Amino acid sequence: MASTDTTPKDAKDAGDLAGLEAGLDALETVQTTRKPFRQTLTQKILPPVVAVALVLTVWQSLITFKVVDDPTKLPAPADVWMVVEKAWLQGELLGYIWTSVSRGLFGFCLALLIATPLGLLLARVKLVRAAIGPILSGLQSLPSVAWVPPAVIWLGLNNQMMYAVILLGAVPSIANGLLSGVDQVPPLFQRAGRTLGATGLKGTWHITLPAALPGYVAGLKQGWAFSWRSLMAAEIIASFPDLGVGLGQLLENGRNASDMAMVFEAILLILTVGIAVDLLIFSPLERRVLRTRGLLVKS
Amino acid sequence: MATTLAKAADGTQSATHAARIEHVSKSFAGPAGQQLVLDDISLDVAPGEFVTLLGASGCGKSTLLNLVAGLDKPTAGGITTDGRPALMFQEHALFPWLTAGKNIELALKLRGTPKNERRERAEQLLELVRLGGAHGKRVHELSGGMRQRVALARALAQESRLLLMDEPFAALDAITRDVLHDELTRIWRETGLSVLFVTHNVREAVRLAQRVVLLSSRPGRIARQWTVDIPHPRRIEDTAVAELSVEITEQLRGEIRRHGQH
Repeated sequence: MASTDTTPKDAKDAGDLAGLEAGLDALETVQTTRKPFRQTLTQKILPPVVAVALVLTVWQSLITFKVVDDPTKLPAPADVWMVVEKAWLQGELLGYIWTSVSRGLFGFCLALLIATPLGLLLARVKLVRAAIGPILSGLQSLPSVAWVPPAVIWLGLNNQMMYAVILLGAVPSIANGLLSGVDQVPPLFQRAGRTLGATGLKGTWHITLPAALPGYVAGLKQGWAFSWRSLMAAEIIASFPDLGVGLGQLLENGRNASDMAMVFEAILLILTVGIAVDLLIFSPLERRVLRTRGLLVKS
Repeated sequence: MATTLAKAADGTQSATHAARIEHVSKSFAGPAGQQLVLDDISLDVAPGEFVTLLGASGCGKSTLLNLVAGLDKPTAGGITTDGRPALMFQEHALFPWLTAGKNIELALKLRGTPKNERRERAEQLLELVRLGGAHGKRVHELSGGMRQRVALARALAQESRLLLMDEPFAALDAITRDVLHDELTRIWRETGLSVLFVTHNVREAVRLAQRVVLLSSRPGRIARQWTVDIPHPRRIEDTAVAELSVEITEQLRGEIRRHGQH
């Protein structure tokens, strides 16, 4: 047997070891600092602003140099801005936006409630996965516009119809995102979890779900994009005055009135809202999840 | 068959073995039918003993460790351990969605430590691996050596009598590995844990263990055992460590050579 009694040499060694370890730790620890604001400005904010400015310049010059000289085909940026401003001053602009956004977010939340247990069920039960996994993937590639006519026939021209179209668009995305998140959980985490005593439901709660979060969030992000698209398709095709004017109806109204400035207004608003919700909700959420895990690559 | 050992739930030293492996065989379904990976392994680890399992690739040492950890079942034979063993992997296996301290607290929570004691206990364990103050650090902010120390602290949080280690330092650089050898020796002597340590590094095995068990490959059998009575503190450069390593390496090479002959 080895001798295991403590000698003074041991004590000295222990002191040395602590110092050695502290030195190694200091040498090997990478200092992570957040980017200064200036860098964020030049690398993240400036490029898209310049790109938008360029598009506006090209658009304006098409009008100025009379390349397109027909306001019913291409309105001037200033004309579109005036329509937006007028809608704002009449207090209608926020109404259009809110009608659509509230529908979109409510539909998205419904989709979330349905898709999350569905995704878990698919990930956990082989038979369920074999049965409806391929259908769910296939549904993702089916344009949600295709659901509008049957939804109108089944449910009529109302908000329920809109929610049904949103669900059919968003549920497959969210469920598939969660599914691929669970599939990509490293087996090592499961083994480590089991040796720590996280088995069964405890394992799902403490290991599988948090480990699958990046894939789930990616699914949420895509799910929102699908929700918004589906809703716009539903609003454009099934516009009905009693439903309240959302952005899709605004676009359809513009077409009916042959008011190209209004059409452009609606398209730009749809685009802006889609981007804004992603930038304000989903991108920060995704960045947060990735950053805490050290998965955000800094270039 | 397995014999049942008295469980030492109250912390008294009632078990005579930290682990008892009796005539264990394991085969896996391979392309050429059933493939025997472990053949009739019998090995006892005494309470407080440090045993290294040494072998070349294909000797089934990690398989054996998985069996002892209860992650897999033996094809034949039985394994009994004094409570559920803790297991450390070559990769740190820390959960990246939790901080270093919360990783340890999760282990404490899963073994039933009351909520109000977890934080303090986690701090103590971090102190033990000399990472006091690293509680709030994210896994990716730690160096390789620090991650393995947090992983060690998390394994210690299970308060098992037996710590299984599957080449835990193999992916570290030589300097860090050397420091962690000292650290592990210190913690083993302070805590009185039993350790079953798998490695393919002969010097590491001799540097750490009280007993070195050499496994032959395909199938894994116990080829020979050595008792290491070199006094602590040991250094990997010590003459005594080197001499025994040479002897063991010779035997290991002999085992490997046999596979080239047919």
